[in-house]
Amino acid sequence: MILALETSCDDTCAAVVDGPRVLSSIVSSQASLHERFGGVVPEVASRQHLELVNGVVTAALADAGVSLADADAIAVTSGPGLIGALLVGLSTAKGLAAASRLPLVPVDHLHGHVAANFLEPEPLAPPFLCLVASGGHTLLAGVRERSGFEPLGATLDDAAGEAFDKGARLLGLGYPGGPAIQAAAEAGDPEAFDFPVAMSRDPGLDFSFSGLKTALVYRVRELGEEATREATPDLAASYQRAIVDQLIGKLRRAASSGEWPAVALGGGVAANAELRRRTAELCAELGLRLKLVAIELCTDNAAMIGSAAGVLESISYPHYLSYDAFATDRNSLRPS
Amino acid sequence: MLERTESAAATEAVGERLGRELEAGDVVLVSGELGAGKTTLIRGACAALEVGAPVTSPTFTIGQRYEGGRVAVSHLDLYRLGGDLSGEDPGLLDDYLTPDAVAFIEWPGAAEPQLGRIAWRVEIRHAGGDGREIELSAGATGRAA
Repeated sequence: MILALETSCDDTCAAVVDGPRVLSSIVSSQASLHERFGGVVPEVASRQHLELVNGVVTAALADAGVSLADADAIAVTSGPGLIGALLVGLSTAKGLAAASRLPLVPVDHLHGHVAANFLEPEPLAPPFLCLVASGGHTLLAGVRERSGFEPLGATLDDAAGEAFDKGARLLGLGYPGGPAIQAAAEAGDPEAFDFPVAMSRDPGLDFSFSGLKTALVYRVRELGEEATREATPDLAASYQRAIVDQLIGKLRRAASSGEWPAVALGGGVAANAELRRRTAELCAELGLRLKLVAIELCTDNAAMIGSAAGVLESISYPHYLSYDAFATDRNSLRPS
Repeated sequence: MLERTESAAATEAVGERLGRELEAGDVVLVSGELGAGKTTLIRGACAALEVGAPVTSPTFTIGQRYEGGRVAVSHLDLYRLGGDLSGEDPGLLDDYLTPDAVAFIEWPGAAEPQLGRIAWRVEIRHAGGDGREIELSAGATGRAA
């Protein structure tokens, strides 16, 4: 049984996981804060985590009906993320682990998103393709074994979820941008505006969303305020389609190699109905199994961190006391 | 100094020239609207600083740190903070604003006085189509002592 913590971005999360079974998963979301400040979070990071982390851990243990003494290990997201935010989780996890002489399992946040698929119900076993798309990440992962993944492609600039958020901001829609664009798009025509689908001729599997955002800036300027307001459903539908087209295009290219019998989605953008629908279509066409985990396991959570920790080597006491957080996608965990 | 560019590649090249001038401890503020090309310019500067990794938007995580180049590079984006650090942990950015690193800061806003000695300010403006006006000014920290 593993107690897992996740503090890499805005949400303070703790969970208790036993193999593929999630015994509890607590997410202290700052969504209400986001809303109150129109997508801008004035107090986004470390202080908020510090205030919430003890309560979230206590709630996770209580929800699971276990105590710390029942845990076999403590798992924690070690990166990527804001260093100060990561350190709150890491320090808490080290403290909890050291006090009980438990081993610690540092987990890469992106591996966590992949490992969400190993959880019940209907756990997915490798090999599979996993598209992780969120506000901070856009990654196409080839998963051959549970203990890791091969990054097949990643964004070269903005993340897919960031494209949704900034597009929503440009169109004066709410926050978070994904649901806001999706809602506005329902009444719109996805072919009304011809937004560029970047990287469609690029033979690789990387993504780019920065040019699309700029194209929307230009279009909104051309139209002016009033025409933009009138065309908002069409703009939202066309913009959403350009994002989804690119994600699906790369997924199709990766899936066409024939080596992946299943496709999984992760990250907050996996909640997008259009992406889910188009992915299902693609899987039906190519005869692949589609795995869609529950939305609460797509967005940031600690259960996925516990899931990854279950298939990773742990570090025994006291060797983890000198381990440090890492803040970029590319650095690996290293002793400080 | 005022530069005019007509493409993202040209904006990146302006960043590359700026990058060659930078040294450890330099803080560079980069302002401009959404889609102006702030990250594009910083990508060019990072190339000149020999950052090997892809330079992606740090909007969501607020900070990225790149090691292993000519100097360490911190890339910050205060967009989600609205440029306001007043309610934040005062040490929030300490891991990024270090004397051994060049720091690029997008959306600096009102946080400017807390960002240390400013070596350069870059202001990017839309100038029709793919055109951009890029204003670079050196020094002038404007920081209350």
